[in-house]
Amino acid sequence: MFYLGLLWEYFKNYAKTRLTYRADFWIEVISDLTWQAMNLAVILIAFQHTPALGGWTEAEIVFVFGYFMVPYGIFSCFFDLWNFSDRYIVKGEMDRVLTRPAHNLFQILLENMYPPGLIGSFVGLAIMAVTAGQMGMTFDWTDLLMLIVLTMGAVMVYFGLFTALTAIGFFTDAPTGILPLMFNLQSYGRYPVTIYNRTMRFVLTWLLPFAFVGVYPASYFLDRSGAADLRMALLTPVVGLVFTGIGLAVWNIGVKQYRGAGS
Amino acid sequence: MYLDLIRIRFLMMLAYRVNYYSGIVIYAVNIGAYYFFWHAIYGNQEAIRGFTLAQMTTYVAVSWMARAFYFNNLDREIANEVRDGSVAIQFVRPYNYLLVKLFQGFGEGLFRLLLFMTPGLVVVCLIFPIELPRDPAVWLLYLAMLAFSFLINSELNLLTGMGAFYIENVDGLIRMKRVVVDLFSGLFVPIALFPGWLAVLSEWLPFQAIAYLPSAVFTGRSSGDEALVAIGLQAVWAVLLIVPIMLMWRAARKRLFVQGG
Repeated sequence: MFYLGLLWEYFKNYAKTRLTYRADFWIEVISDLTWQAMNLAVILIAFQHTPALGGWTEAEIVFVFGYFMVPYGIFSCFFDLWNFSDRYIVKGEMDRVLTRPAHNLFQILLENMYPPGLIGSFVGLAIMAVTAGQMGMTFDWTDLLMLIVLTMGAVMVYFGLFTALTAIGFFTDAPTGILPLMFNLQSYGRYPVTIYNRTMRFVLTWLLPFAFVGVYPASYFLDRSGAADLRMALLTPVVGLVFTGIGLAVWNIGVKQYRGAGS
Repeated sequence: MYLDLIRIRFLMMLAYRVNYYSGIVIYAVNIGAYYFFWHAIYGNQEAIRGFTLAQMTTYVAVSWMARAFYFNNLDREIANEVRDGSVAIQFVRPYNYLLVKLFQGFGEGLFRLLLFMTPGLVVVCLIFPIELPRDPAVWLLYLAMLAFSFLINSELNLLTGMGAFYIENVDGLIRMKRVVVDLFSGLFVPIALFPGWLAVLSEWLPFQAIAYLPSAVFTGRSSGDEALVAIGLQAVWAVLLIVPIMLMWRAARKRLFVQGG
């Protein structure tokens, strides 16, 4: 309850600072969406030249793309720590965070909240709805429930992975370049894993499980999916929990390492 | 003097070269994503709009690696200098601010060419099945076209950066411009594959001169006269873009007001 109250207060703060530059909010939303629109354009253009991509139809691929945007939007809203090492470690703002009673990671995430990201999730839902209509898919309330569960799982995969990687900042203040690398790698999750070779498939499933933020959970809803696909889809929350656990553990070890910025 | 600017920026980049090793891996990752994507799109097809799969792979790899060269942050640098007011000092100095930026960009470009694009191309050649052109004339022509890619992209960056004279927060604009350039330059999908109306639109925009035209020459899709037309088109755009830059620059100097002091 305490944390929910904090969430609300931080959000109010964000809104107040942002209302001074109202136009910025929409510029950010639009520039985020342009990026997604371009990725979608690539898919649509490619499908002008082929009826199927590795056995998947256009509607199915676009559905997966739409699903991919949902957890990604939530993640980008609550996890905008790309300059964590600079701001909190090098400049020592971590000191301030640690003296407060709420969990440090929670505070840091909320301080950097980026609500424009959420708009992408809604656009993703709309894309799913449109393509679901094209494929004549039917939805009932269990699907809605599963959508929530799977999306939470996918967000946790993101969260765990990037928390662990951000925590590297505690151990070294040299830029490692690993975060942008991961950020680029996540786009592999937009497409069916079957189009990749065996090594990539293994990496995307078990090591850097970006397949669990896109194609695996999305395939739960598709009619084409067999038992094996459903199994992978249902594994999403499990993978999410495991990676969140790892992420938090690495983070907490990192915080113990933290010695302040000196001076 | 301008040569010194190139040298200084080159040395400055050299001091931070570690960042670029991870850059090579990132570009390889992106090339990989598109490689697998096109592999699946081709399926059993021999060629799409005259592009064989091998050509497409080469196209994707060489376009990304060219981007490693021509990409720069001139737009953001200018926007920052306008925002924090240090651009006022630049006005006083006895040189042309935009030319200074361009040459600094070129210093960075040289660095990227030697320490990013070239090793990157070697790496991706080892990973992916890429067909390099055998004719040395093509290599020479491609190098010349690459210089134009850099010039045109930098000119567009100057234009976007100068947007900061008119809008208070240009970050969104800068990001959007990047996306537009990446799509319409043909980095992700060759323009030849665009549906009719989009292809026509792209052919009238300057962006294709940044990535598509040189890469088409490199993959051997455009050769002979076609290649010469391509480089001619690049030259035309490089010259044409000077006009809006000059106009905007003149107007901007009158508009500028620096906050604080």
